[in-house]
Amino acid sequence: MSADINRPLSSRIKADGSVTNLAEYEADNGYQGLKKALGMGPSGVMDLVKDANLKGRGGAGFSAGLKWSFMPSPEANPGPRYLICNADEMEPGTFKDRWLMEGDPHQLVEGLAIAAFAAQAQTAYIFLRADYDLCAERLEVAIKEACEAGLLGEDIQGSGYSLDMYLHTSAGRYICGEETALINSLEGKRAVPRAKPPFPQVSGLFGRPTAVNNVETLCNLPHILQHGVEWFAGLGIGEDNGTKLYGVSGRVKNPACWELPIGTTVREIIEEHAGGMQDGVKLRGFLPGGGSTDFLTTEHLDLAMDFGTIAKAGSRMGTGTMILLDDQTCPVGMVLNLIEFFAQESCGFCTPCRNGLPFIRQILRDMEAGRGKIEDLDRLKELCGYIWIGNTHCALAPGAAEPLQSALKYFREDFEAHIEGQCCPFGDSPAEAGHSHTHAQETA
Amino acid sequence: MADLIATNAMPGNSNWREAIEPLTEQERTEIEHLASHYPRPQAATIEALKVVQANDGWVSDGKLKAIADQLDMSPDEVDSVATFYNKIYRKPVGKRVVTICDSVSCWIMGYDELRQKLCDHLGIPLGGTTTDGEITLLPTPCLGACDRAPTAMIGEKLEGPITADELIAQVEKARGGQS
Ligand SMILES: Cc1cc2nc3c(=O)[nH]c(=O)nc-3n(C[C@H](O)[C@H](O)[C@H](O)COP(=O)(O)O)c2cc1C
Ligand code: SF4
Ligand code: FES
Repeated sequence: MSADINRPLSSRIKADGSVTNLAEYEADNGYQGLKKALGMGPSGVMDLVKDANLKGRGGAGFSAGLKWSFMPSPEANPGPRYLICNADEMEPGTFKDRWLMEGDPHQLVEGLAIAAFAAQAQTAYIFLRADYDLCAERLEVAIKEACEAGLLGEDIQGSGYSLDMYLHTSAGRYICGEETALINSLEGKRAVPRAKPPFPQVSGLFGRPTAVNNVETLCNLPHILQHGVEWFAGLGIGEDNGTKLYGVSGRVKNPACWELPIGTTVREIIEEHAGGMQDGVKLRGFLPGGGSTDFLTTEHLDLAMDFGTIAKAGSRMGTGTMILLDDQTCPVGMVLNLIEFFAQESCGFCTPCRNGLPFIRQILRDMEAGRGKIEDLDRLKELCGYIWIGNTHCALAPGAAEPLQSALKYFREDFEAHIEGQCCPFGDSPAEAGHSHTHAQETA
Repeated sequence: MADLIATNAMPGNSNWREAIEPLTEQERTEIEHLASHYPRPQAATIEALKVVQANDGWVSDGKLKAIADQLDMSPDEVDSVATFYNKIYRKPVGKRVVTICDSVSCWIMGYDELRQKLCDHLGIPLGGTTTDGEITLLPTPCLGACDRAPTAMIGEKLEGPITADELIAQVEKARGGQS
């Protein structure tokens, strides 16, 4: 096995689904990045990652190096500090972090150790979603192997730096992915988001300085340390640096996840890598980066999938995993499915989200069942405003509004057809059927 | 979602009249070990609930009180955490929990048919348990395997892409197998 320097994050992931173990990882330059980091000192690592302009891959695209730099220095605020890996991955349509953790768990362990060192944290947690049993198993082994090899624990490689790393497995709630809710969850509480400020970097886990980074973000670090800023910048095509894990799901020939230069066009991802649409179906639109991003349409196929370009087009790159809407799938039904999810997963902390989402859900359920009214369209738009940024305590509700508001813009004729025809033009109303059972609910 | 209510709601009475149901020695040790990962033992609440659930299949009032005792919390505090999370069951479930992903990519790729056929086959709605106590069927949000949509999990085993007939066959196999 030899590292593919153009696909640094995924080159060690084996096609047969088996795991890359410590010996294989080390034989392929594994833990060289950490060793180099230990020799550079925390501020050296922080500056390097800042210069590399590594943008967070969890969805918001915030500079990783800059994030750590907002933590007060240990001199200014002595005591414990924490680095948390966000491995909750519950955004509908997102399946990239699982791939990294199942295939190459040591890469994450090394990346997390480098981040913890830069942030001068003595404890690191991997917050893993509930259903990722295989990831949990493999990460436990990787952490244990790394400890036994002296790559974690006391005085790593004689550097004087000590780090404890723990795996924490969640019990299933989408809101746990929001970083302040994640921190509450890690403290063993209900996962409700905290008000910001104070930001976690200042007062996070157990009230101490804390940084939260996504799995894919962290997996970039060993490579940036080893190969440097220029190499990293050279990997990207457009304005962003590095590679990106892109995924496609929906009715394509080859749904999957690939590591490609960041800035690859939507068209190349869908047509070349995903093999194009299945025979007999046409593409109508897509959510570029998970269920909480605005729809884009076939007009946008030639856009580069990077943070800035997709934002300019009115959406977000989000997690980079696209969900495709085809001409045989009902856009109203698709939005309803997403709203069902967000309404269920709302933490209930603030009223616009707690009440607004079920309200929207009811309107859409009625519309799918042939009881839509033309006023509903204005009402839906108005409700999107009520749950928008500034009115809610966290970004879950605005995220829920994104596919709806953009569907109202791009697929208005589909909403109107539901109302005019008093039925779903795509046939049976599946969403409604899915809930008809709940009235006859038997307890388990 | 109503389907989750069946397993996530608190048992009939919530005034903690149930006696403590002592944790097993192994459960105590495991929880103690997990609690050592944090500066405050309360941080291990969710993991402690999962330790009990891994053995019993669900978390009874009595066991919940024992966890509260061990972590120096009130039963209500522990229950407020237990009821928040989708995957902590506060009512007995079948020997195996089967979950079907009802999120967007799986919905596009055929969730409705999977659900309908499996419910019909088992004779239970989502949230229900078969009369022989073998299978509980629950919906789950996106399983992070959308490239394999539609997906389902039988216990800890992920399946996808899977047809309704294949899923029924897998569930029947699990039903016959030992737990
Ligand atoms: C409702 C909600 C869910 C989120 N879920 C995740 C998640 O599963 N994984 C993740 O990395 N970030 C998630 N985020 C973003 C995190 O809050 C945070 O920005 C991210 O972990 C930071 O990591 P990064 O800077 O490396 O991208 C979520 C945000 C919100 C509002
Ligand atoms: S927006 Fe929704 S998820 Fe976020 S705090 Fe408010 S109720 Fe909770
Ligand atoms: S939508 Fe079903 S696995 Fe993602």
